[in-house]
Amino acid sequence: MTENVRPLPSGPGADLPEHPKFLWRNPDPKPSYDVVIVGGGGHGLATAYYLAKNHGITNVAVLEKGWLAGGNMARNTTIIRSNYLWDESSGIYEHSLKLWEGLEEDLGYPILFSQRGVLNLAHSLQDVRDSVRRVNANRLNGIDAEWVDPAQVKELCPIVNISPDVRYPVLGATYQPRAGIAKHDYVAWGFARGANEYGIDLIQNCEVTGIDVVGGKVVGLQTTRGRIATGKVALAAAGHSSVLASMVGLSLPIQSHPLQALVSELLEPIHPTVVMSNAVHVYVSQAHKGELVMGAGIDSYNGYGQRGAFHIIERQMSAALELFPVFARAHLLRSWAGIVDTTPDASPIVGLTPIENLYLNCGWGTGGFKATPGVGWCFAHTVAHDQAHPYNAPFTLDRFTTGALVDEHGAAAVAH
Amino acid sequence: MTRVAAGGRIDRNTELAFTFDGKAYRGYAGDTLASALLANGVHQVATSICYGRPRGIMAAGVEDANALVQIETPFPEPMLTATTVELYDGLVARGLQGQGRLADLPDQARYDAMHEHCDVLVVGAGPSGLMSALTAARAGARVVLLDDQPELGGSLLASRNQLAEWVSAVTSELNSLATVRVLRRTTAFGYYDDGFVLALEKRTDHLGAAAPPAAARQRIWRIRARQVILATGAHERPVVFADNDRPGIMLAGAGRAYLNRYGVLGGNRVVVFTTNDSAYTAALDLADAGAAVTVVDARTEIPQHPAAECARRGVALKAGHVVTGTSGNGRVTGAHIAPYADGKAGARQGIGCDLLLVSGGWNPTVHLFSQARGKLRYDESLGAFVPGSSVKAVRVAGSAAGVFTLSGCLSGAADAAVAALQELGLSSAPPALPSLDAEPETTPGLVLWAVPDKGDESGPCRRFVDFQRDSTVADILRATGAGLTSVEHVKRYTTIGTAHDQGKTSGMIASGIMAEALSTDKHQVEVASLGTTTFRPPYASVAFAALAGRDRGEIFDPVRVTEIHPWHLEHGAVFENVGQWKRPRYYPQRSAAGSIEDIDTAVLRECRTTRESVGMMDGSTLGKINVQGSDAGEFLDRLYTNLMSTLKPGFIRYGAMCGMDGMIIDDGTVARVSDTEFVLTTTTGNAAMILDWMEEFAQTEWPELRVNLTSVTEQWVTIALVGPRSRDVLASVAAELDLSNEAFGFMTWRDASVAGIEARICRISFSGELAYELNVNAWDGLALWEALIEAGKPYGITPYGTETMHVLRAEKGYPIIGQDTDGTVTPQDLGMGWVVSKKKLDFIGKRSFSRAENQRPDRKQLVGLLPVDRTVLLDEGAQVLATADLSQLPVPMLGHVTSSYRSAALDGTFALALVRAGRERIGQRLHAWQDGELVSVTVTDPVLYDKEGARRDG
Amino acid sequence: MQLIRCPWCGSREEVEFHYGGQAHVSYPENPAELSDAEWARYVFFRANPRGPLAERWVHAAGCRRWFNAVRDTSTHELLAVYRIGEPQPEVAR
Ligand SMILES: Cc1cc2nc3c(=O)[nH]c(=O)nc-3n(C[C@H](O)[C@H](O)[C@H](O)COP(=O)(O)OP(=O)(O)OC[C@H]3O[C@@H](n4cnc5c(N)ncnc54)[C@H](O)[C@@H]3O)c2cc1C
Ligand SMILES: [Zn+2]
Repeated sequence: MTENVRPLPSGPGADLPEHPKFLWRNPDPKPSYDVVIVGGGGHGLATAYYLAKNHGITNVAVLEKGWLAGGNMARNTTIIRSNYLWDESSGIYEHSLKLWEGLEEDLGYPILFSQRGVLNLAHSLQDVRDSVRRVNANRLNGIDAEWVDPAQVKELCPIVNISPDVRYPVLGATYQPRAGIAKHDYVAWGFARGANEYGIDLIQNCEVTGIDVVGGKVVGLQTTRGRIATGKVALAAAGHSSVLASMVGLSLPIQSHPLQALVSELLEPIHPTVVMSNAVHVYVSQAHKGELVMGAGIDSYNGYGQRGAFHIIERQMSAALELFPVFARAHLLRSWAGIVDTTPDASPIVGLTPIENLYLNCGWGTGGFKATPGVGWCFAHTVAHDQAHPYNAPFTLDRFTTGALVDEHGAAAVAH
Repeated sequence: MTRVAAGGRIDRNTELAFTFDGKAYRGYAGDTLASALLANGVHQVATSICYGRPRGIMAAGVEDANALVQIETPFPEPMLTATTVELYDGLVARGLQGQGRLADLPDQARYDAMHEHCDVLVVGAGPSGLMSALTAARAGARVVLLDDQPELGGSLLASRNQLAEWVSAVTSELNSLATVRVLRRTTAFGYYDDGFVLALEKRTDHLGAAAPPAAARQRIWRIRARQVILATGAHERPVVFADNDRPGIMLAGAGRAYLNRYGVLGGNRVVVFTTNDSAYTAALDLADAGAAVTVVDARTEIPQHPAAECARRGVALKAGHVVTGTSGNGRVTGAHIAPYADGKAGARQGIGCDLLLVSGGWNPTVHLFSQARGKLRYDESLGAFVPGSSVKAVRVAGSAAGVFTLSGCLSGAADAAVAALQELGLSSAPPALPSLDAEPETTPGLVLWAVPDKGDESGPCRRFVDFQRDSTVADILRATGAGLTSVEHVKRYTTIGTAHDQGKTSGMIASGIMAEALSTDKHQVEVASLGTTTFRPPYASVAFAALAGRDRGEIFDPVRVTEIHPWHLEHGAVFENVGQWKRPRYYPQRSAAGSIEDIDTAVLRECRTTRESVGMMDGSTLGKINVQGSDAGEFLDRLYTNLMSTLKPGFIRYGAMCGMDGMIIDDGTVARVSDTEFVLTTTTGNAAMILDWMEEFAQTEWPELRVNLTSVTEQWVTIALVGPRSRDVLASVAAELDLSNEAFGFMTWRDASVAGIEARICRISFSGELAYELNVNAWDGLALWEALIEAGKPYGITPYGTETMHVLRAEKGYPIIGQDTDGTVTPQDLGMGWVVSKKKLDFIGKRSFSRAENQRPDRKQLVGLLPVDRTVLLDEGAQVLATADLSQLPVPMLGHVTSSYRSAALDGTFALALVRAGRERIGQRLHAWQDGELVSVTVTDPVLYDKEGARRDG
Repeated sequence: MQLIRCPWCGSREEVEFHYGGQAHVSYPENPAELSDAEWARYVFFRANPRGPLAERWVHAAGCRRWFNAVRDTSTHELLAVYRIGEPQPEVAR
């Protein structure tokens, strides 16, 4: 075989990380667990991991109706940042960002976390006011944030078109240097592997079809793989949260919508950071291997079909080329959609429910990937102590009754 | 040269020059870049992404996974497959290693989109598609037939002129019919709901630099079809073996296409490795062209007819053998052959070759069917997924449906068309099928994903599954070994199927290998249950620019301008985008020396002139809604926080609207025209939203109310004439109107002739000054504006823009919804409790005011802030703090600065802010924090100018 | 991308329509009598089933009329459209 070209790693794809040799067992469900987490997305898996790691609770199963982390976790554009406006939000997102900073080491998994900075562009005078407000609030909350002018935008990301001649010129941006992206699958697998090592059962192709409540208390679950008794149930079903909650007659202020995203072919490095624009509606980064990853606008109607309408993608492309004319001949290779669980105030719902031992984590909508470690940490705490962690305490279901919303539409505006 | 002397569909009279990897070559019109390279003996085209291995051309169409090139001239375009690039004169391209390059110059090409509606859309113009289209066309249906190739014929183009006459007859018949649109070079790349198919037409790419610049380079077809027939054919599938990735190894059908269609013989010593009958045609065609051919058939039972044909030509035939590996340094120089039995390969033996053709069977092209939510069924004998359910108004014909005989394709395609026509209510007489030579009996194929390898998978021999990702059988085994049991997981772990070709040739094989890997003695894992990864749009890559189409630049979003816009332009206004509108922000003056005023100076001047004499503003962008009907008053009562039904005709009232949550969403004025008619204004940016909001209630909530809503924003031009001398200016052009306070009081309106123009004049003021708002027919707007400018000259009238408008209103403490509010602010928070009716039982949002959160005494409230140093301008967005101690983060924040200006009238800077329990803090000293700097401020009432309202009446 | 049948204009492209959320949620008779929780339910809570949903659309770039539809949220397929005031039709799933 000496005549072979030696396959020594050399090309632009060669520096991809090696996955661990082993990820997880595929056990059959046991008849009962102390805690069952419904939904094997990023949030469910992170919750499982921290239940074991922080609270020593390991008689736990994660039930996933499809393949592990195949929902929004597998479909998001992986933007991570913590520069949210309100104190309540910056609390949990910054907690999460701090965890991201040590996550690769903690999980022992190469998650390609890249703190390449995120720019949120401003295109109107009101955008500028809102941005400056948010930067000031962020810094007083201990979050790295800067207001940068168009020339600085250009320095940070030379391909952004800052010409005053475009329809909605770039008037500046907020910049969070510590923000960035990570590889969604690897994050999920890192948590899954970690949870598996603690002895937690990750059970796939197991759909929860009913929740057994006795005397106002959750006692077990009906699943496509049989009944499972459990002391506590933690719902982490993202787009399907309403469907699960309705099994116990609980209605949620949530609407599930398709949200689409897309990628290009692999390209030589041209885009060093992450750019988001709410007004022109673009968010784009260049992933590790070189593809442009771009998110589209949300589809207007409720939908569980994991597909969206094409005019949304076309609109997305117009917007992208407004800001990045150099993308003209990049090619769309693949588009897809997830199911995002939106709330009236664009903030999540994490905490207890009116039913004893039933805990709820949902409503992260278009922006919950960044929260994965943070919410896993806090939700695990909530389940373990039957009491919210201070970081998720403001995100109750009750706030819709009292009016204590955490309205992230108004000022922070950018949803991802 | 490997171009054969004659034959093929290329035009040998038109020679084209091109450059690849820096070397000059020549080809012919009708070539693809791939065929031209092969004709020039260039087999190595690209380099693999991870291992840097040389890679060649493996297919002749869109499914190629290997021959990635970068176009450099006429314009850089990243990552196309050489097999899909039509050759043109002056083409400069190079091979890629995994990543393409984007141009750093702007793309000047044009792109557009067309909408098309048809009765029957036929995707693919091979024999099946042609037959379907012909059947539908003859029945009188409106037909669209599209195909990604420059000429119709599909798989027949790769044959030795099989049915060539029929193809050209059908082509000319279809071309001649007005009801048929034939789109060549057009790829259907997405099936969305209800017969909506997206297709990309490459209109001028094949012309290179000669493309007419005015023509759209590419066009998106948005086709809405009542019936769809998918005749998308099938992609040949390779078999995986060691070192299967060398240049010179290609699919058998591709080898045949290069010969018959392009006149290129890919090699002289050819090994054809197959598991099915189809590759024999390639073997025989290449042998006839003069190649020495050896057929290696994994099956022990081989088809008789082709075997006899082989024998007749001296083609060696190794039944029950497989290719286990290859040799070569760059291009393939030899194949390793071994007997194959019971799933095991025996001792190997080498055969020299310079071309190795491979066929593992065919995968029906079911992408669009699957996108149409068609379910797929695994066909054991084909080793492939075929359409397995019916989808409304969608039919699959030909090999896309798993039919692999020509006669079967043709008759099936005619049937599909007849069925579609039936649903459309059209009767049809299917055209006669063309006569065919008898097709030899077929022998079942063997489903073989990968030839077993005794070698060490981690060693230098690699069995590649996905060439573009350099992913191998070993990678799949590693993934299943890690505990992965889902094709989606394995795809993501190995990256198989994620590259440019989206797994067209590798996806099926990966599922097959996975099934074998997961199967144990006790438990057999079926490919059928593993399935494939999802087929998602687009079927083939589409340039971003094509999707963006014409919706770029100016028409990315409509630009709205007022009737007076030309005047603003002429007078040097600096504009601001407010929603889609262009609004003058200020009007800098040019000094005699030519220097231009800066914004601060201009705004101070505009403010001063207006407060001291008179100014005017184009307010036409304000939303204006006409509300008519006997229940109009009741309707407005339900929407506004205050009472509107009690307003008398001739009078005007300020009003605010809240959302259901009690948060203020808009404000404006409401003028009562008559008992049954009101005209209300909205903020510029909210006009459409508010009309929709009102319309929704009128139609869905209270359909019993007799009320009609009409936007009149564009119909009226609105000019604000503002300042103590505004009355004088108006009097000089509206002689008949009594402008005295007694006759024309504040918050009333009159119709009058102004400078000979019929106007509706409202006495309202957003500045605290005596002011008139003149509304005229849009077409009179510019004339009125000019007349007022003229009439104002004696008073030094100034036009002013949004910035001055903002300063003037802020001095009076008037909030701007959207600037001083953010969706979390109630009228009470703004200090506007007076606008919230106590009398009305209910109005939208009222119930929310009594929620716990609304009752808190420490809600954020609108206040004024005066910097202690009145030369310091606060940043809008500065945070307000009670403490100057920043040592502990986070620092509690009380609120933020919403508006901040320099004021001529107040002789210094001032600001508005939302501050926790703000009204209680009036008089207190707080701190504004902006970009690291602390500024001491005093909290004041938001009204800082003319608190008594003395100036309102002039 | 759906083809939506406006009950007034006929079938038109999805881009001409705006979505209006769950249908048949009427404004409470007397909001003042509702508890905070009941009021919150009206303001913020809407059905979100996986399956048929009666919902509202408006033909925004057409006749500007609101109408109701039953749509299967799992397939996005429109099962029925009907005018405001008409009863919700029974639909086969
Ligand atoms: C296109 C797109 C782009 C996005 N971009 C970003 C971004 O850039 N940054 C960011 O921070 N966020 C982003 N998000 C949002 C983010 O993906 C989600 O907020 C987050 O992933 C939700 O948490 P999760 O990972 O647990 O959800 P999921 O991965 O959706 O997990 C929920 C799981 O529950 C399972 N499940 C549901 N019902 C049942 C049942 N009955 N029984 C068992 N299992 C069930 C589902 O199958 C699913 O696997 C994006 C989302 C999308 C769709
Ligand atoms: Zn209509």
